[in-house]
Amino acid sequence: MEYSEKVMDHFMNPRNVGEIEGASGIGTVGNAKCGDIMRVFLQIGEDGVIQDAKFKTFGCGAAVATSSMATELVKGKSIQEALEITNKTVMEALDGLPPVKIHCSCLAEEALHAALWDYAQKNSITIEGLTPPKEVHHDGNE
Amino acid sequence: MQKHNLYLDNAATTPLHPDALAAMMPFLTERYGNPSGIYDYARETKKSVDEARRQIAAGINAKPEEIFFTCGGTEADNWAIKGAAEARWDKARHIITSAIEHHAVLHTCQYLEKRGYSVTYLPVDENGTVSPESVEKAIRPDTALVSVMLANNEVGTVEPVSAIGEITRKHGVLLHTDAVQAAGHIPIDVEALNADLLTVSAHKFYGPKGVGALYIKKGVRIAQFMHGGAQENNRRAGTENVAGIVGMGKAFSIAAQELPGEYARVSALRDRLISGIEATIPHAKLNGHRHDRLPGNVNFSFAFIEGESLLLLLDMQGCRASSGSACSSGSLDPSHVLMAMGIPHEKAHGSIRFTLGRHNTGADVDALLEILPPMIARLREMSPLYEDFITGKGQVWNTAKK
Ligand SMILES: Cc1ncc(COP(=O)(O)O)c(C=O)c1O
Repeated sequence: MEYSEKVMDHFMNPRNVGEIEGASGIGTVGNAKCGDIMRVFLQIGEDGVIQDAKFKTFGCGAAVATSSMATELVKGKSIQEALEITNKTVMEALDGLPPVKIHCSCLAEEALHAALWDYAQKNSITIEGLTPPKEVHHDGNE
Repeated sequence: MQKHNLYLDNAATTPLHPDALAAMMPFLTERYGNPSGIYDYARETKKSVDEARRQIAAGINAKPEEIFFTCGGTEADNWAIKGAAEARWDKARHIITSAIEHHAVLHTCQYLEKRGYSVTYLPVDENGTVSPESVEKAIRPDTALVSVMLANNEVGTVEPVSAIGEITRKHGVLLHTDAVQAAGHIPIDVEALNADLLTVSAHKFYGPKGVGALYIKKGVRIAQFMHGGAQENNRRAGTENVAGIVGMGKAFSIAAQELPGEYARVSALRDRLISGIEATIPHAKLNGHRHDRLPGNVNFSFAFIEGESLLLLLDMQGCRASSGSACSSGSLDPSHVLMAMGIPHEKAHGSIRFTLGRHNTGADVDALLEILPPMIARLREMSPLYEDFITGKGQVWNTAKK
């Protein structure tokens, strides 16, 4: 198994690591059992534009790189544009992932959606096309 | 960042000893005779294979005629277990093994289950130790074979095989032990172990890859595994890997000779690394038995981080190690060994194995102790599990089931 140069770059020099104090939306997906947890923080302006995105991730090289890339891609986007970011978009931006790591790119998409869902909940709005996160992670129990 | 050149994965494989290579070279060049022939070329290769047989036998207190060469540890494990089971099919179809065996043993047992045998997988305690009492309790009138490894490849725990052997002898059950990780690193005496079958593999003790041996105690009947020619006293067919066998014999005799000194030296390095990690890295847990442990094995779980990402950071610094995390194995489940020891999933994902060998020095240990703590700190900095732990918010770390 080998990672692309882009993946290694985003793993070694991850963009947007950290938290956003008082974030507009926070989403945590994955679970420790399968070895990946992603938490995405979004700062969304009154105009509905994503001004900032940060993440924290427990996981393998691909999990870190996809978190980094997904937060890069989402910055400056409107909510609707953000919803169009799929695992495929993230994967392509990273020049691909080894087959066993594709689930990591799915997690990145899910984490973005979970953060948007949280934002919608907090502001009592509905975002068209957004479904509730499958599983809101919170502990390592089965 | 300064780049190191650290090989700390000696349990995966070891570099070929230069003297073993030198011993092999003639058999890769001018001494090509097939040992089965009757002319001079054949006689000289036959003699060298038998010399290697004596070297292996001497290192484990066996007789040369009890040593059978194979194409590695995996073949020897397969042969021992399938061969013993098959030879006893009429009377005894039960096998006992442990949950922490190498896949060469576990997958062989699973295969036999599909063929109508029943298998008991003994649990281990939190140190990875199989209790001899549990072996005795599991023995049934139809038990054909017990297979428990001499030392575990992941966590380094040395198993009480000699005590298990007393029990199998008492009950007239065969005992196989996978000594692949032990051979050349801790003393082995097949008589003291009460072993009937014992597996070794050359590439774990500075011999070549693709060659191993099965010890079969005199008088023990097991079915043939490789069918064909009459090689290996008619018990293992196939033209001998002469160069490999010669290299294995040479490497093993060197390892046996150097064992007392190397055992002490490498154990001291291991203990220095263990105490160094425990002193500098919080939330680090040693996996495996602290004392009944292979001299070169150091296995830690670092809470809140995932093993593959640590391996990548280590690799960028020129340090080669391995991990029990699922992500580094290509499956979704972390190491079956750590799971059997009751280590929660997330700690198993954060496990790293460093295995020291004859080339490692105190400087290597110091170099690792210098680069490791900042890497762990960096990964924790980006870990949501660590954040939850610090803020006391999440229970991720505390609630995982055993
Ligand atoms: C405990 C154990 N058994 C068996 C094997 C398989 O040996 P080989 O690589 O020679 O087939 C290994 C090595 O990977 C091992 O560590």
